[in-house]
Amino acid sequence: MHKTIGQINERIREGSARVVTAEEMPALVAELGEEGALKEVDVVTTGTFGAMCSSGAFLNFGHAEPPIRMERIWLNNVEAYGGLAAVDTYIGATQQSDTQEAEYGGAHVIEDLVAGKSVELRASSRGTDCYPRRTITTDLLLENLNQAIMCNPRNAYQRYNAATNTTDRVLNTYMGTLLPGTGNVTYSGAGVLNPISNDPKLRLIGSGVPIFLCGAPGMVIGEGTQHSPGGGFGTLMVTGDLKQMSQDYLRAATMTGYGVTMYVGLGVPLPVLDLDVVRATAVRDEDISVDILDYSIPSRSRPVIRKATYAELRSGAVEIGGDEVRTSPLSSFRRARKVAAELKGWVESGKMELALPTRAIDPKKVSRPMHETKKVPRVIDIMNRSVISIAETEEIRTAAKKLLKGETNHLPVVNDRNVLVGIVTTFDISKAVANPGKAVLVQDIMKTKVVTTTPYEAVDIAIQKLEQHNISGLPVVDAENHVIGFLTAMDLGKLLGRRGLK
Amino acid sequence: MKLMVTFSRGKGRTPIIAQVVRDTGVLINVERANIDSSEGEALIEVPDNQCKLVRDSMTELGAQVRILEHGVNLNESECVDCGACISICPREAFSLDKDWKLRLDEEKCVLCGKCISACPHRALSLPL
Repeated sequence: MHKTIGQINERIREGSARVVTAEEMPALVAELGEEGALKEVDVVTTGTFGAMCSSGAFLNFGHAEPPIRMERIWLNNVEAYGGLAAVDTYIGATQQSDTQEAEYGGAHVIEDLVAGKSVELRASSRGTDCYPRRTITTDLLLENLNQAIMCNPRNAYQRYNAATNTTDRVLNTYMGTLLPGTGNVTYSGAGVLNPISNDPKLRLIGSGVPIFLCGAPGMVIGEGTQHSPGGGFGTLMVTGDLKQMSQDYLRAATMTGYGVTMYVGLGVPLPVLDLDVVRATAVRDEDISVDILDYSIPSRSRPVIRKATYAELRSGAVEIGGDEVRTSPLSSFRRARKVAAELKGWVESGKMELALPTRAIDPKKVSRPMHETKKVPRVIDIMNRSVISIAETEEIRTAAKKLLKGETNHLPVVNDRNVLVGIVTTFDISKAVANPGKAVLVQDIMKTKVVTTTPYEAVDIAIQKLEQHNISGLPVVDAENHVIGFLTAMDLGKLLGRRGLK
Repeated sequence: MKLMVTFSRGKGRTPIIAQVVRDTGVLINVERANIDSSEGEALIEVPDNQCKLVRDSMTELGAQVRILEHGVNLNESECVDCGACISICPREAFSLDKDWKLRLDEEKCVLCGKCISACPHRALSLPL
């Protein structure tokens, strides 16, 4: 048995379509069997509500008198794109305010517009014969704009890796606050309610398919940027009319230490055409697993701590290395349910009919990393190779002499096998000399917790280490912890020239 | 009951909390404390029926004592029930109920403020 999209739309128009949410579907399939569920259910609605950074809106302001071709544009001091000619712009959700930094950004401008608040437009231009005006400042409401079209390049991630942190300091990431020592796990995604997880072969979701977007009827444009369903990370590019959206499903947010983002509510209604659709929409939280990644490794490929299903993550704690680690969702399952429920109402009442894709989305594509043609500067490129070290059993006086002679502020301390065991700085020596006590040898005053770098580490990572630990030098060590070089803030200055340190 | 005790450590450096424990026999639970050379602030928990006794004893020793009736402020119109705060709270004061709505158990909150910056929606704040 199968149903056509025409038959399903006919039932929607009659008001007799049976619509269930993707959360209700698994139990229904278990109860009625696959054939029974196919007969019974016409539409399954999905929903998700979470941080979707890659979002924004095209705005058209209408022409001013005298007219201006805006080249640089700010909305409430948040810069918007000025390369679309005359009076069009694109405001991106993560763009930060020039004055309030991460506490206000593009997402806040969009939310303020939706909330009916007035937003200040400020723009400048060099002035041309056809567009003589050079500056403009005006207060605008959403209703004053000709168009306000949300257009989000990458939304509705099929699932998202969970995050934890094995370092001994708090990490502030786009995955929220990660406590030290694997202190918590954060995750995102609606699991059982996620649109693509209910259509992983992308048979039903594609260009032209109607959706729920932030409370407004919207549409799938096509595959999202970084779409990578081959690895389980499909994404969608979507659009909808900002003027019909609601703050209930659109919220600006700030991830401390990371920046501005926007919480987007998005749902796709799926027509139950055949048994394949029934099976796909019977997916449960238990069936969808993600990796828990260690965000303490500042690399594209972060180590996997373990796998976990959405059911495990949603239970409130997962086991890692024998410990129960508490989990925090970052997306709201309650609002995801609200999206799916409201969309269900739309279909039941005939407000939204369904459509099949006018152009399919590739279900197997795999996203590639960036093709880089210039080598990232490595520590080995700029480190000081003539490193002066000292044995742990030497006297403090000898260390002082070495520091003077070497014109350096740091002395790596090594043991008899030439392995790094500590570090002393001019400060440590001065302190020992000023307060003469029992300390005689270098090992009595050295710091044993040494932050190090390696020759092939990217210079930017070494800079992060200097900043995080508020230090001015890093011993460069090989795999056996032998000191083979030294990196100071001064070496960085040489390399970076005008770019400098923050 | 939770009490916020603030004191200056000018003269004599009276060990206020220890003194009150000895004088009253009430076992005071120090939830958190921030004490430097000149002043200190401690959030303590005492049994409800001994609250007045502890409060009066501390006031007598020169401390200012304020009863904390409320936990961290949760602005429901900003909260979207995402739950980012849940694993951050050292006292497990936050939870999601069966409808996935965020619940705050004010009794557990010790006003440490850790959740405030972890909330993406700036829905949490310290009570004035």
